[in-house]
Amino acid sequence: MLATFKIGGVHPPENKLSAKEGIKVLPVPEQVIIPLSQHIGAPATPVVGKGETVKIGQLIAKAEGFVSANVHSSVSGKVVAVDNYIDASGFSKPSITIQVEGKEWEEDIIISSRLECNITYTKDEILKMIADAGIVGMGGATFPTKVKLSPPPGSKAEVLIINGVECEPYLTSDHRVMLEKAEEVIVGVQILMKVLGVNQAIIGIENNKKDAIEKLQAITEKKIGIIVMPLKVKYPQGGEKQLIKAAVGKSVPSGGLPIAVGAVVQNVGTALAVYEAVMKKKPLIERVVTITGKSVKNPGNYLCRIGTPISKLIEAAGGMPDDATKVIGGGPMMGRAMTNIEAPITKGTSGILIMSGKEGIRNEIKTCIRCSKCVSACPMGLEPYLLRTLSENGMLEECEKEKIMDCIECGSCSYTCPACLPLLDYIRLGKGKTGAMIRSRKK
Amino acid sequence: MNTILITVISLCAIGVVAAIILYFVAQKFKVEEDPRIDTVESLLPGANCGGCGYPGCRGFSETVVKSENMDGLLCPVGGAATMSAIATALGRNAAASTPKIAVVRCNGSCENRPHTNKYDGAASCAVVHSLYAGETGCSYGCLGCGDCVSVCKFDAIAMSTETGLPVVADENCVACGACVKACPKGIIELRNKGVRNMRIFVSCINKDKGGIARKACSAACIGCGKCFKECSFEAIKIENNLAYIDFTKCKMCRKCVAVCPTGAIHELNFPPRKQVVPTVETKEE
Repeated sequence: MLATFKIGGVHPPENKLSAKEGIKVLPVPEQVIIPLSQHIGAPATPVVGKGETVKIGQLIAKAEGFVSANVHSSVSGKVVAVDNYIDASGFSKPSITIQVEGKEWEEDIIISSRLECNITYTKDEILKMIADAGIVGMGGATFPTKVKLSPPPGSKAEVLIINGVECEPYLTSDHRVMLEKAEEVIVGVQILMKVLGVNQAIIGIENNKKDAIEKLQAITEKKIGIIVMPLKVKYPQGGEKQLIKAAVGKSVPSGGLPIAVGAVVQNVGTALAVYEAVMKKKPLIERVVTITGKSVKNPGNYLCRIGTPISKLIEAAGGMPDDATKVIGGGPMMGRAMTNIEAPITKGTSGILIMSGKEGIRNEIKTCIRCSKCVSACPMGLEPYLLRTLSENGMLEECEKEKIMDCIECGSCSYTCPACLPLLDYIRLGKGKTGAMIRSRKK
Repeated sequence: MNTILITVISLCAIGVVAAIILYFVAQKFKVEEDPRIDTVESLLPGANCGGCGYPGCRGFSETVVKSENMDGLLCPVGGAATMSAIATALGRNAAASTPKIAVVRCNGSCENRPHTNKYDGAASCAVVHSLYAGETGCSYGCLGCGDCVSVCKFDAIAMSTETGLPVVADENCVACGACVKACPKGIIELRNKGVRNMRIFVSCINKDKGGIARKACSAACIGCGKCFKECSFEAIKIENNLAYIDFTKCKMCRKCVAVCPTGAIHELNFPPRKQVVPTVETKEE
């Protein structure tokens, strides 16, 4: 009997079309657009100006404050603009545009792919390297990793949990990373363990990725303290709190952080980025992105430079299908539909999903019949139908009482609703407003 | 007969006793309330719209009675007439107020602002705004789901089927500000109503650079500054590629309307301009 989280959850069709496709390198585009805010927190401040030449891996924007992340150039070339650029959601965001010329790397970066596994650095050195490399959570939440690795005073991490769950349907980037970069990921895990000062790491992988489980198990057999744990397939197991429950059986208290139960969760992609930052001195300038969809000609996994226009990735996969109705950044459950495919791939882009025909169109909204399917699907034990009504009517005090802030926005409620109600849309709206209300109260 | 008599007498006795108890209890727990609050409330429209910023008409009455003077207190629904009636009832001087009206600062009709994508989610501007920039290339403009219409208690704003934009009905709008709060894009502004409802305003809030704004919408303000140069009253300022007309300084000369290259400046309820007709001399035969 495989472990999983206890309450709620759904099991959408997996559709992992690109699971067998190896990671290919996407050609460097002619021009990259690198947004200054690819992470949660304050946008970075640009340190290069228009007309300057930059090298691959050069720092182009510096973290602003504690919760922020450095941004590096993913190509070598000339800065053509430090200006606003329209992102995937249609809003203009400050970005740096670089015209590619040559391929000159920053001197310190080790380009060879030889495996380095001798961790000689101290904890503080590693933390600094992670911060300098601008690493953020690669699972999609893009929370700066160095902040997550610095537990607040008084709390101590006991276990590191590595998130290799990839519970989102369609997406396979983490799966391929675990298969093809297994050794690197494990070194990354060891580095993370050293930083946190923990003796135990659990790599949680859903049981639909048996090859990755076997591969990692074979490598970790001789490594002390690292366990690979197969998990039952259930969405949203990749949620931090759900994964902790599944892996160590502890529940994070409402409103609390995972550190409250002594756990720190990091994505496998982040572990790989940490390995590259520490052992190869390479900042976060590229990531593996899945391009998939039922009518996409060649679904696959590509190693893309940050800032590559999404349209280039779609081209590489055989172009935009004729019957495409929606392009989604991320997976079908938590991803967001995009309005601009010229927008760049960022640190948090785990996949691009092209939905076609009817699949991409929302069903007609009917009325709630109080069947409470959403209540049984909610992995946080909330009442989505109620939260939706409260949010729609602007009853924020009640929303707070009903723990709207605990919502992880996994979309299980909207997925399961037989009346096709846009439950999550309203809950997300209410959550935003309630959060603002709580913050204004503290001031 | 006897039974009936006893019943009647005992019921009366219970009634009298209860009345006496109630009287003393009422005396004991009497809540002192300023009778003027009731007077003021009776003068108010009773719409409980919250446009004044207080919880309903009762809340507003309490604040008015408690306040020393009536500065900053205005019932937007009743306007100056109601406020002066209240002032008279309270023996104070009413502060002069200029009537205001809601103005929709977006002219992105389907014609001016072509759609670039199609939204099929919940029909609420607030939800759309929390998800993305909207169905058109302009990330500042009207989303067209009508959140402003659904909050209006006075039937003063409606979506035009022709342009897909909200239209304010001059005669119904009381400037309660509900639509201003409801609009997630901040398009609606309360501006002075003006003489005979005549208003001039920049019908755009797009802060993008001219080229980008123009690409998204042919009626966008591109921040060219022509109106700023034309205005002799310093009523126009240009910030973040966007012109704004200060309605307290504007003298309604309409010169800015004529020079605007994109037609972003709107005039409402003005008499038609005098056409300069070239005089043609007709020869009598």
